[in-house]
Amino acid sequence: MAIEVRIPTILRSYTGGAKVVEGTGDTLGDLLADLDSRHAGLRGRLVTEAGALHRFVNVYVNDEDVRFLGALDAKLSDGDSVTILPAVAGGAFGFAAAAAIAQHGAATAIASHAGRRAAGVAR
Amino acid sequence: MLSIDRSIVDAIVAHARRDHPDEACGVVAGPAGSDTPTRHIPMDNAARSMTFYEFDSIEQLRVWREMDDRDEEPVVIYHSHTATEAYPSRTDISFAGEPGAHYLLVSTREPDTEEIRSFRIVDGVVTEEPVRILDAGVDPHAVQSYMFGQSPATVDYECSGR
Repeated sequence: MAIEVRIPTILRSYTGGAKVVEGTGDTLGDLLADLDSRHAGLRGRLVTEAGALHRFVNVYVNDEDVRFLGALDAKLSDGDSVTILPAVAGGAFGFAAAAAIAQHGAATAIASHAGRRAAGVAR
Repeated sequence: MLSIDRSIVDAIVAHARRDHPDEACGVVAGPAGSDTPTRHIPMDNAARSMTFYEFDSIEQLRVWREMDDRDEEPVVIYHSHTATEAYPSRTDISFAGEPGAHYLLVSTREPDTEEIRSFRIVDGVVTEEPVRILDAGVDPHAVQSYMFGQSPATVDYECSGR
């Protein structure tokens, strides 16, 4: 089962310059683990030490932001296309940014929870 | 150095003024490898905030795909600061994920004058660069520069012995 993964410029140092690589996995988390076995270090740029999707990247399955599909639990199927882009964000003040990130984190947690529920996983 | 047409700068400033006091953001795409910004794409600030901006992730996917299809890249990524100087904040630096892009900042804190500055942000290191504004309609060689003195550009103070 092959899933096409589009790599942004900033992460191509991990893929030998390749813009598109292939991987396998039933979920996004599995796919990233598979990719990391061939492109060591790539996963660490996408997943935090706490095991959540990093705030500085956007990951999409086909046309959807994975934050709304259960994040790392997002289900993948053969032929899906995964796109990774650097999140474009910033702004004048650190504290406001921190608040926005906290808010976004909460939203991500809710989306992840909803995703797990939809997938029938016990709480 | 960032070289950019005045018409594009005017459009960016107009966007920043229109969204003031919220921060405005967007991209100027250009042919891949050309380092020439040609196509202005104002983006929504999904954060709708006076102190934070964030591209809407779905809009970003659409715009990045479109650039890919047209063999373009994001030559300029811009946003406005509405009450402070046009210099990258710590947040700007931690998010900067396009090492090839010119990060253009516009400050709209003064109602009558624009402050426009450009930076490279690579691996957390900020380097300011001159902005050369091209007046295509008047004379392609007419130049107006902001920041950075343009006095003898070829003088090499460090390596004159070589």
